[in-house]
Amino acid sequence: MKKLMNIKPSKALAIFLSILPFVLIFFVYWGASSERLAENPNDKLLPSFEQIYKAIDRLALTENKRTGEYLFWQDTSASLYRISVGISLSAVTGLTIGLLTGLIPLARSGLSPLITFISLVPPMAILPILFISFGLGELAKIMLIFIGTAPVMIRDMQSRVLQLPAEQLIKAQTLGASSWLVAIRVVLPQILPRLLASMRLSLGAAWLFLIAAEAIAAQEGLGYRIFLVRRYLSMDVIFPYVIWITLLAFLMDYLLRKTSERAFPWYHSIESGK
Amino acid sequence: MSFISINNVWKSYGDNQVLERLNLNVEQGEFVSMVGASGCGKSTFLNLLLGREQVSKGSISLDGELLKSEPDAERGIVFQKYSVFPHLTALQNVMIADEFSQAKLVGWTFGRRKKAIKQKALEFIEAVGLTPAINQYPHQLSGGMQQRLAIAQALMKSPKVLLLDEPFGALDPGIRSDMHTLIRDIWQKNKLTIFMVTHDIKEGFELGSRLWVFDKLRDDPHAPQAYGAQVTFDIPLRSHAQKQQAQQLIKQVGTQSS
Repeated sequence: MKKLMNIKPSKALAIFLSILPFVLIFFVYWGASSERLAENPNDKLLPSFEQIYKAIDRLALTENKRTGEYLFWQDTSASLYRISVGISLSAVTGLTIGLLTGLIPLARSGLSPLITFISLVPPMAILPILFISFGLGELAKIMLIFIGTAPVMIRDMQSRVLQLPAEQLIKAQTLGASSWLVAIRVVLPQILPRLLASMRLSLGAAWLFLIAAEAIAAQEGLGYRIFLVRRYLSMDVIFPYVIWITLLAFLMDYLLRKTSERAFPWYHSIESGK
Repeated sequence: MSFISINNVWKSYGDNQVLERLNLNVEQGEFVSMVGASGCGKSTFLNLLLGREQVSKGSISLDGELLKSEPDAERGIVFQKYSVFPHLTALQNVMIADEFSQAKLVGWTFGRRKKAIKQKALEFIEAVGLTPAINQYPHQLSGGMQQRLAIAQALMKSPKVLLLDEPFGALDPGIRSDMHTLIRDIWQKNKLTIFMVTHDIKEGFELGSRLWVFDKLRDDPHAPQAYGAQVTFDIPLRSHAQKQQAQQLIKQVGTQSS
């Protein structure tokens, strides 16, 4: 008998083991839900799958009689718009400022302490300031995501630039490159795949800030809906929304990873060789 | 006036005197091998030539002009590693040298200009024997091939001086001797002036037309950093007889000190 740490599951077993917990949760929920509903058919805490399906049907597949819109998709598009604009702004800012402070010592001396300071301000604490200064519209929510994720990305990009071997930057200079050419031809292409990795890591924080902002002030959005129906204990709406948000987050992460693998094959084969 | 003249150069980091009283002249086309114990300042000296470090006292002039205080295209360099760009293929790695000078704003060339650069790059790639690997990324190349690529890159700019910082230190012995043949060939064909730092004294003898040994002449055991190293031996190696004479000298010094 091999030691436990040396036993590797076969492919089939690995798939079975990875699905197993999901199936178990499914059945535990089913059992608990039917038990509670048998006792009290009006129980709202653990709705049956039928009730959940009805909620999905009502929100996602039936148009609103008054406005002719589908609430679920309206919420989804509003939230996706905010998070993608917010995280893209952060990425562009992180890339430009991080590259600048990483490569140019003068810029680093001037900006680094400020960026470190800003990155330590808890974004949720300045949410009221954002609402006051940018109003209750889209801008305040996007700014919250931006302020929450940009400083981290700037610092990450700066440290990635600083990690490039000095030999490379000197070599480029001996080949006749100016600071600008070193920036766009040597540094930029090497930190782009790292920017995508940084975006993937920031997505979690971005969703957090998005839902927080929507919970406080919004007219639509996935986070808004969840907090709205909380008043009626509508677990039949909250559950599918949470699973949907998780799926969206997973999908965005997957897309970023695939983009990176497609666009920067050299980076991924070096990383996997490490 | 010599091609490179080093006038009373001192280099120190704070209290740590690394090099002192260097007075040397090098003519165009010489191949100077620099050897010495670790920490004797031979790499510091190379960095002075490169422009990565500045002299504390004295001056170095190249072709009659004071050496520029930052790396530029006059001085090519091949490091022991990290010399090539990991995000570019072998061909792009060599082409980038001329794209830097011909496309100062966008950094990329197109059309006819690109074709001309590619042609030139392919010639240098062939000279170092990398033609079959032009479309591979550096991580797909062996250590020796990466160094060949770094040499091809440096040759693109036809630098006045080529600096080699332990270029073959990380290679297997067999590959190392191939590289020796290659670099000697390139040196003679392109009439380059080369400075090479090496740990391997045999390599220094084999390759150079001149060998410098860095060592401290003055040493205070209570303050080991008080005095810097100088070039204690400056051995011409142009002819076979000179080489043998030099080897004998080294043997003598070796027996005396032990």
